[in-house]
Amino acid sequence: MRTLNRVLEGIGSTILLLLRSVAYLPTLPRQFGRFVEQCYLIGYTTLPIVAILSFFIGSVLALQSGYAAQNLGPKQFIGLLVGLTMARELGPVMVAVLLTGRVGSAIAAELASMKVYQEIDALETMNIPPARMLVMPRLAATLFMMPVLTIIADLVGWFGGAIIAKYTSFIAIEPASYFATMRQYMDFDDVLNGLIKAEVFGFVIVLVCCNIGLNTRGGPREIGAAVTRAVVASLILILVLDYFVTKALM
Amino acid sequence: MADPQTTRNPFTDAESQAVGVEIHDLSKRFGQVEVLKQISFSVAPGEIFVLMGPSGSGKSVLLKHIVALEKPTSGRVLVDGREAASEEIRETVRMALVFQAGALFNSMSVYDNLALYPREHRVTNEQGIREKVMRALQILSLENAHQKYPSELSGGMKKRVAIARALVMEPQLMLYDEPTSELDPVMSATISEIIATLKEQYHVTSIVVSHDRELALNIADRVGILMGGRLVFLGPPAELAQPKDPRVADFLNPRIDLQNPRFKQLET
Repeated sequence: MRTLNRVLEGIGSTILLLLRSVAYLPTLPRQFGRFVEQCYLIGYTTLPIVAILSFFIGSVLALQSGYAAQNLGPKQFIGLLVGLTMARELGPVMVAVLLTGRVGSAIAAELASMKVYQEIDALETMNIPPARMLVMPRLAATLFMMPVLTIIADLVGWFGGAIIAKYTSFIAIEPASYFATMRQYMDFDDVLNGLIKAEVFGFVIVLVCCNIGLNTRGGPREIGAAVTRAVVASLILILVLDYFVTKALM
Repeated sequence: MADPQTTRNPFTDAESQAVGVEIHDLSKRFGQVEVLKQISFSVAPGEIFVLMGPSGSGKSVLLKHIVALEKPTSGRVLVDGREAASEEIRETVRMALVFQAGALFNSMSVYDNLALYPREHRVTNEQGIREKVMRALQILSLENAHQKYPSELSGGMKKRVAIARALVMEPQLMLYDEPTSELDPVMSATISEIIATLKEQYHVTSIVVSHDRELALNIADRVGILMGGRLVFLGPPAELAQPKDPRVADFLNPRIDLQNPRFKQLET
């Protein structure tokens, strides 16, 4: 019963935070510096790990599908398989998981620490709403950077698959053939589908992590607990939302 | 000296109406624990009111009610005759709270800590903000610390920066939560002098939560003592010389009794 209460309280406070933050959207031009700083933190600092993981995920996809296709025949469809899987599913989900680990946890830790050390109370006594200064620029930056990260993840994953498809002896397809099937059977909607998913995941992750951070109570020990809660909640939400968004976009 | 009904702005010398605080039958409960029990008192505009009491007696909680960081379970808190938690008070009365640990923004330099309020509220342009910040730092003798980060400051400097940050808000009401705790006696005296000077020069209404007997006796216009969530003393500091209530006497002049230590009495 207590856990259910806490979950319902969390949902309620997250919705309230969302409404408050959206109401401060017109202040974005005034907070352009904060927006750019968050774009740097969310986008630029996450980019290397997104690129590395996408490359290997694309490679493994090509390798596994090539291995399975040995007995089936049409290996040129490996390009389509890697292309579709990266664009519609693994690209956005992987970026969202990395965003949770790299950015969401840092947001929860920073805001929880500010709450525990009364910096949030100080903001409130100065009549500076935390939703305006701390949440809205992060949400806006996430919405701006998620499509960029996802497109990079898709491209790097596709190229990773192409390299493995060419140089693995039991696959050995030329990149031209690999990308030809991708071009022939994929369209922009497949990529757009993944970008919409990425936007939804990113927005929810950052909102939830901000809310958990801002509602931290107690001492320094609670900062660690808040980070754990934020990461676990975000990962669960990614997978649950993945199903519903996928279904909605079909 | 300024008119007691006005607060003088430390930066522009402009005068504004000084504000008072009224607390009526304030009770606060956290779960089963009643922290404040029907507290009533008022603080006159321009007064220095020192609220004392043992740890855990509810002093800081009471302070948080005045800045609307806590909501009363019952009773009312009025600032300038209006509900402290109202949007109107937030918009019209400038209140500043100096937190016990400073609550400085650790990711910002001292300068940016002080500049945050005027920047966010677009009080003036960047040049005007710079003048205000440097003037506040000068008042608190912190001119050389403006580029430092909170982690590079000593405890006393953090408290002074917190006071300077509050000062930049051009407050009509200053609240201090344990401003002299964890400081050496000289630095405690310095902070007391700063609070008294702000009252003398700018006529800011001040409510100070403190354990510091010296601070209360030297700078307070009136003192309140909270014990177990109740106000057990309210009066001028002179009356504290010979308090009638034995609990107040013991709190202000605790005798170290090695034969019959207090912690043993608590056990039984």
